[in-house]
Amino acid sequence: MKARHKRFGLIAVGMILLIIAVVLITKSFKSNLVFFFTPTQVESGEAPKSGSFRIGGLVENGSIKRLPDGLRVQFRVTDTAKTMDVVYKGILPDLFKEGKGVVAEGEFNQDGLFVADQVLAKHDENYMPPEAAAALEAAKKAKMKEGAM
Amino acid sequence: MIPEIGQFALILAFCFAIVQGTLPLIGVWKNQTGLYNLAVPAARAQFVFIIISFICLDYAFYANDFSVLYVASNSNSHLPLAFRLAALWGGHEGSMLLWVTILGVWTMAVTLFAKTLPDSFRIRLISVMGMVSIGFLAFIIFTSNPFERLIPAALDGRDLNPLLQDPGMVFHPPVLYMGYVGFSVAFAFAIAALLDGRLDNAWARWTRPWTTAAWVFLTLGIAFGSKWAYYELGWGGWWFWDAVENASFMPWLVGTALMHSLAVTEKRDAFKVWTVLLSISAFSLSLLGTFLVRSGVLTSVHAFATDPGRGLFILLYLVIVIGGALLLFALRAPTVGLGEKFDVVSRESMLLANNVVLVAAAGSVLLGTLYPLLMDSLGAGKISVGPPYFDAVFVAIMAPGLFLMGLGPLARWKKTSLPEIGTRLRVAAVISVLTALLVPFAMGKITLMSAVGVFMGIWVVSTTLILLINRIKSRQVTTPNLLENIKGIPLAFYGMLLAHFGIGVFILGVTLVKGYESEQDLRMEVNDVAKVGALSFKFEGAKEIAGPNYTSSQGKFVVTSNTKEIAILHPEKRFYPVQGSVMTEADIEAGVFKDMYVSLGEPLENGAWSVRIYIKPFVQWIWAGCILMALGGILALMDRRYRIANKRLTKETQDVQEAFDA
Repeated sequence: MKARHKRFGLIAVGMILLIIAVVLITKSFKSNLVFFFTPTQVESGEAPKSGSFRIGGLVENGSIKRLPDGLRVQFRVTDTAKTMDVVYKGILPDLFKEGKGVVAEGEFNQDGLFVADQVLAKHDENYMPPEAAAALEAAKKAKMKEGAM
Repeated sequence: MIPEIGQFALILAFCFAIVQGTLPLIGVWKNQTGLYNLAVPAARAQFVFIIISFICLDYAFYANDFSVLYVASNSNSHLPLAFRLAALWGGHEGSMLLWVTILGVWTMAVTLFAKTLPDSFRIRLISVMGMVSIGFLAFIIFTSNPFERLIPAALDGRDLNPLLQDPGMVFHPPVLYMGYVGFSVAFAFAIAALLDGRLDNAWARWTRPWTTAAWVFLTLGIAFGSKWAYYELGWGGWWFWDAVENASFMPWLVGTALMHSLAVTEKRDAFKVWTVLLSISAFSLSLLGTFLVRSGVLTSVHAFATDPGRGLFILLYLVIVIGGALLLFALRAPTVGLGEKFDVVSRESMLLANNVVLVAAAGSVLLGTLYPLLMDSLGAGKISVGPPYFDAVFVAIMAPGLFLMGLGPLARWKKTSLPEIGTRLRVAAVISVLTALLVPFAMGKITLMSAVGVFMGIWVVSTTLILLINRIKSRQVTTPNLLENIKGIPLAFYGMLLAHFGIGVFILGVTLVKGYESEQDLRMEVNDVAKVGALSFKFEGAKEIAGPNYTSSQGKFVVTSNTKEIAILHPEKRFYPVQGSVMTEADIEAGVFKDMYVSLGEPLENGAWSVRIYIKPFVQWIWAGCILMALGGILALMDRRYRIANKRLTKETQDVQEAFDA
C-alpha cells in the first residue's frame, strides 16, 4: 500500500470515528438536558408529566414538615405567585432553610406529587441560585402586568 | 493605616505591571536595550508590592481589623488563627488577590530560573506575563478592592462561611490556583514564540518543565478539592460534574494534552502549531474557569457570593486575552511549518490520538458546561445538563485513549510495527481480561461498566509495568548490573511510568466505587443497629459538645464486623451561631479497600436521628491515583539529564545566534 493510500485510509477512518462520536455525544446530550420551570409554569401545565426537571423558588415559611417515616421531608416551593409541594427523601443540604432560595430536581410520581432526588440550596448567606432568582423575578413581572391591567 | 499601605502597594504593583507589560516589548521591537532591561526589575518590583499588599490584607485578618469590609465579611474574632489567615481567600476580592499573587510568584520564578533563555525571548516572555497581570490588577483595583473600609467598624466579623472552615481551605485554593495560573507561563511562552518567530524543539524544551509544574499543581489542587467535597459536603460524592469542577477540569485535560504534544515538539520538531494552540487554550480555559466561578452565572454546589458586574469585566478581559492570542496565532502560525514527517503507525500518531481524545473530552465537557449559559442568554429558558451526559460521553471518549495509553509508550518514533507491540503486550492483555472477569465476580455483581473499567485500569497498570521491564531488559546488554541499570534510566521515564500507573489506580478506584458503593438513609433510635453488608453500625446516641466558634451534636457509632469492633465513628451536626448556619461533619473510617462513611441528618423525636451510612469501596484509590500522577510529574521535573541538556542546548542556540549576529 502506498503512503498516499494509507493516509487516505487513515483520514477516512478518522472521519467515520468523528461522525460516530458526534452523533453519540449529541444523542446523549439531548437525553440529559434538564429543563427548569417555575412553580407558576408547573401550575399551568408547562412542565413534563413524566421525566426529570428542575424547579426553583423560595422555601415557603412554615411549610417544612417531616413525614411519619422520619426520613422523607415535605415542603412547599413558592415563586410568590404560585406554590407547589415537594417531597424529598434523604438529608437536606445544610443551608436549606425556610424563606431561602432552593432548586430541586426530580419528577412527578403517580399521584402527581413532585418527588425530588436532588436539592440544591445556596452555599452561603448572600448566594441565591440563579434559577431561583429568575423564578421570583418572573412572578414579580407577571404580577406587575396584572396590576397594570 | 496598614490596609491603606496594602492598597497603595497594590496600585504601585499595577504601575509596575504596566511598565513590565509594555515597555520591554517596545524595547525588543525597536532594539532599545534601555527599555528591555526594564523587564526583570519591573517584574520583581511588581512581585514585591503584590506580596506587601497580600501581607497587609492577611495582617488585617490576623489582627481582627473589622474596619476593613472584606475582613468583617469573612472572618470573626472567634475563628481559629489558621482559618483567619486562610479566610483571605474565603471571598471574591481575596481570591482575586490570591490569583494575582500567584501570578507574581510564577513571574518571579521565570525571572529567576529562565536565565538561560536567549535575551529577546526571555524579555518577551516576562512582558507577556506582565500584560496578563495588568488585567487582573486592574480588575482588583477598580472592581474588587479588598481593602475597602467599613465605617463605622463592625464590632465583630460575620465569620467565614462554615463550609470553608476546614483544613482543605488552607491548601486547596492556593494549590489549585498555582495550577490554573501556572498555565500562564506556557501561554506566555507560546505568545513570546509567536512574536519572536522562534518555534523549534529548543522552545519546546524550555516550555516543558513549566507546563509540567503547573500540571502537577492543578492535579493536586483538583484532587484536594474532590477529597474535600467528599468529606465536607456530607453526601459522599467526590465529583459532581458541577460547572465549577468542570472549570478546573478542562484546563487539566488540555494541559495534559499539551504535555504530550510538547514531547513530540521537543523530540521530533513536529506538532508545533498544534502545541502553541494548546498552550493558548489551556490558559484560556483557566481564565474561562475564573470567569465562570467568579461571575455567578451558574448554579453550582460550590458557588459562593458573586457579582455579575464583575463578571462582565472578566468577560471583557477574556475576550481581549483569548481574542488577541488567537489573532496573533492566526497571523503567525502559517509561517511555522509542519516539522518532521511520521508514519501512520508511530509514536507520533499515538500521541496525536492521545491529543485528539483529550481535546475531544475537554470539548464535550465545555459543551455541557456552556450550553446552559448560552441557552439562557438567548432567552431559550433555563436548562441544565445532567451528570449522566458527562459520565456517558466522557467514558466513551476516554476508553479508546486509555487503550492506546498502553501501546503508545512502546511505539517507536517515526515508524513502528503494531505486531511487535502486540507481542510485547500479550501478557498485559491476558492479565487485564482475566481480572476484568474475576474482580466483578469477586465483588458479587457483574456489570458491563465494572468489567470494562477494571479492564482499563489493569490494562494501564500492567502495560506500564511491562514497559519498565522491557526498558530494563533492553539495557541489560550494555549495563549488566541490575542496580546500575535501574539507576541509569532517566527520571523523566520513571515519572511518565508513575503518572500512567496513577491513571490506572484512579480508574480502578472510580470503577469500583461507582459499581459497588452502598448507601442507606435510616431513622435510628439510640442503640439501634443498622446492618450494611457484613457490617453492623450501632448508634449509641448523640451528645452536645462545644467548639471554638460553634456548638455541635456529636453522634457515636460503633462499627462491628462478626462481633469484632472495628471502628468508632463520631459524625457531627454543627451549629455556627454567627451566620446561624448548620453544618454536617461526616465521620469517615478510611481504608485501602473501603471507606465507612456516616453522617447525621436531623434530630428526630426521643434522641433518634436520621442517619446516612455509606460503604465506599476503593474510594481512596481515586486520590491515591491523583497523587501518583502528581509525583510522576515531580519526578519528570527532577530529571537531571534533562536540565543539563537544556543548558547545553541553550548555549548551543546562543552560540549559533551569536555567530549569526556576528
